[in-house]
This record gives sequence, C-alpha cells and structure tokens, in this order.
Amino acid sequence: MKFVDEYRDPKIALAIAERIAQKVTRSWVLMEVCGGQTHTLMRYGLDELLPPEVELVHGPGCPVCVTPLEMVDRAIRIASTPGVIFMSYGDMLRVPGSHTDLFQARASGADVRIAYSPLDALKIARMNPERKVVFFGVGFETTAPANAMAVWQAKREGLLNFSMIVSHVLVPPAMRLILSSPSNRVQGFIGPGHVCTVMGFGQYDELVREFHIPIVVGGFEPIDLLDAIFMLVSQLEEGRAEVENQYSRSVSYAGNLPAQAILREVFEVSNRKWRGIGAIAESGLRLRDEYAAFDAERIFGTDDVTAEEPRECISALVLQGLRKPHDCPAFGSRCTPVNPLGAPMVSTEGACAAYYQYRRHA
Amino acid sequence: MCLAVPGRILSIEGSDPAFRTGYVDFCGVRKTVNLAFTPEAIPGDFVLVHVGFALTRIDEEEAARTYHYLVEIGALAEEGLVPEPLTESGP
Repeated sequence: MKFVDEYRDPKIALAIAERIAQKVTRSWVLMEVCGGQTHTLMRYGLDELLPPEVELVHGPGCPVCVTPLEMVDRAIRIASTPGVIFMSYGDMLRVPGSHTDLFQARASGADVRIAYSPLDALKIARMNPERKVVFFGVGFETTAPANAMAVWQAKREGLLNFSMIVSHVLVPPAMRLILSSPSNRVQGFIGPGHVCTVMGFGQYDELVREFHIPIVVGGFEPIDLLDAIFMLVSQLEEGRAEVENQYSRSVSYAGNLPAQAILREVFEVSNRKWRGIGAIAESGLRLRDEYAAFDAERIFGTDDVTAEEPRECISALVLQGLRKPHDCPAFGSRCTPVNPLGAPMVSTEGACAAYYQYRRHA
Repeated sequence: MCLAVPGRILSIEGSDPAFRTGYVDFCGVRKTVNLAFTPEAIPGDFVLVHVGFALTRIDEEEAARTYHYLVEIGALAEEGLVPEPLTESGP
C-alpha cells in the first residue's frame, strides 16, 4: 500500500510507548471518553504496549450505550404505531429495550428503516406526506448539529409529518460527574476528537481549572492515542493541568461555528438520564419550544413510558471507569453482542463489545 | 455512528447556506453531503463527513490516511459506504 502509515507504524508505536515508559515515575489512571477511541485501543492492543504504571479506563462516550432504556422503549412504542415510518442509525436499532428491540419490532410489522443521516428521514417524509416519519436522534455534540439542521429544515419547509425523538447527550457534564464522584480514579482524560471538531477544545478550559486535571484532545488512530497518552503522562509527571490538542488536523480552539449556531437555534440544554448512570443535570439537549411541533415524544405522548435497568448489568460502573467489562460475571456468557444485557455490549463502540471482540480469550 | 469519513467534493449545488450540498466521492462511492457547516468548502476540497454533513475541511494526505484506516478497521459498511478494493494510489 502506498500510504505506509506513520499513524499505524508499529515501530513508531513502540518508540512512543518507550518514551511513555521513560517518563513515568508512578501510576496514573487515564480515561478515553470516546467509544471510537476505546475501539482503537482494544483493536490494536495499545494498552498492552504501555508500562504497567499507566492504566486506561473506558469512558461513557458511546451515545448508543448511554441512551436510557426507557427512550428505547418509547422509540419502540412510537415505531409500532400504525402509519409511522421509524428511522435511526443501524446500531441504535439493535439496542435492547425492556422487552424487545427495534429490529424485532420491524419483524412484528413495524416500518423501521436504517438511516445514515437525519436528512434521509427528511427525504422519506417528503416522499410520504400521508405517513408520519420519526427519526431517533441520538448522539453527542458531533451528531447533534446534523439533527438540529434536519429539524430546522423541516420547520422551514413546513414538513409537519416529520418529527424527532431527541436523546442528545453532552460530554463535559459526564466528565464532570466522573470527576465529582468520591470514588473517581481518573487523573487525566483523552478528549473526544470529533466532539471537539464541532465544539472546539476551549470548552474544556473550565474542567481543567476546576478539577486541576489534564485533558488532551486525541484523534482516532493508534499513534494519535499513544501521542495523547504521552502528552497526558508528561503533564501529570510535571504537575501541569492544561488542555492540549493532539488532534490539530481536525480540532481548533473555537470549533465549528456554523454547527454551534444551529445547535443553539434548535436545541437547549436539559437534564438527561444516561443508561446505567442515571440523571445528570444539564447533560443533554432537547428541542426548544419553537420546535415543539417536531418533538416526537410530545406528538406521541410517551412520558408515561419508564423502565428499570437490568440489575445484573454493571454498565454504570464500566461507563464511569470503575470496573472493566470482564469484571462482570455475565460478560461473554449471559451477555454477548448477539444477546446483550446492557448497551455497552450492543454497539461496536461500546467498551464491553470491544473487549468481547478483541479480548475474548484473555 | 460516531465515525467521520473523508471524501472529496466533486461538485456543489445550491446557494442557500443551510441547503448547500456537495456531491462527494468516497473512493468510488458517491453521495450527496450537506455543506452547511463548511461554507468555505469548494469543489476539489477534502472534507470529513459525519451523518451526511461535512464537519471540517482536511488536507489530502489526512483524507487518504483516515480513509485507509477506516477500511482497515472495517468501519465503512456501517456508514453505508462499501469500499472498493484498495489501490496503490489511494483515494
């Protein structure tokens, strides 16, 4: 292949791992927030290259994984309403609700379709004016501007047969929750590269000041992550706590201003429940009142749908970095990607699924 | 769903900033992508695309690298982009 890749070159990876080992004088616990980064770490076994002093724990950064059970149940109820075309991303459709999932709802007759973009759902709504088209809008700040733009376009076009379940979550409040916990172990964060492409890394100044914790925004390739770990370990060893940007190929201090503008126009910050973790104050987004006509939860009246998490699943502890996936007694036996008990096993970006895929025999 | 996939803008349509779209080539698979968040993008540019929207412009080398990485981890089918076999020249 022509692009022999310095971002995946094992020699470079080993050299950075060696630099990390030379830098380390004591043990440190680091967390990557983003599920895509968890996937890279596990796939390439990067944690095994690190000196024993550096422990990686895996954060709550998989939007599919933190979507609360009751939102999935609400989605299934809406999808099962006659006349509805229900659309979302493929991995969201596999997430188990209390009794079933959206793919099974489809097998039972619901019109459930995979979308690659919220704009796919707008297209279907234009083509089917007699049907109600509902999009399940999940995701972090990376995805939220796209969903906001879809709602904004629907309003401008008067496309009233389109609506959205808005289940958006925000990264900084989850980091704040983890840092505020008396049992917190995390001493440094690898920041989420694509979230920061949208929001800018300036968003993290406050956390650094408040908790005196280093945050290094990282990319998604093996060398990106090893570089970010080296930068974090250097800060920790030198007693610094700053926001640094390893992923400057994509991330700037201010982020993407047009994307942030549409976010503010359509959504407002709200309290959100996170699967496995519970309610976190001001940790998500909901539609502003001006866009209430596009709020699927209001249109279909799903407020009465609530759900309890399965007791056996320890995903809350996994998502906060307090336990590793294989600490769970159900891991790999009663809980597998085919039959997941909890959401981190469902999505390929979930920590449990990544461990299952790459560490089954460990 | 959290991936961002690089592609090259072949042509641009529309003047309304919110609806401006690019016809984008992802190594042979071509799709229409919304350019509302990259108003500066012009034909020939490489952009990082997430759920149908270009999030940022990137340089060609970065685009090639990221694309090959996504092929390597087998992530493109999930985004509705089934890649053609890799060639020596890259995207």
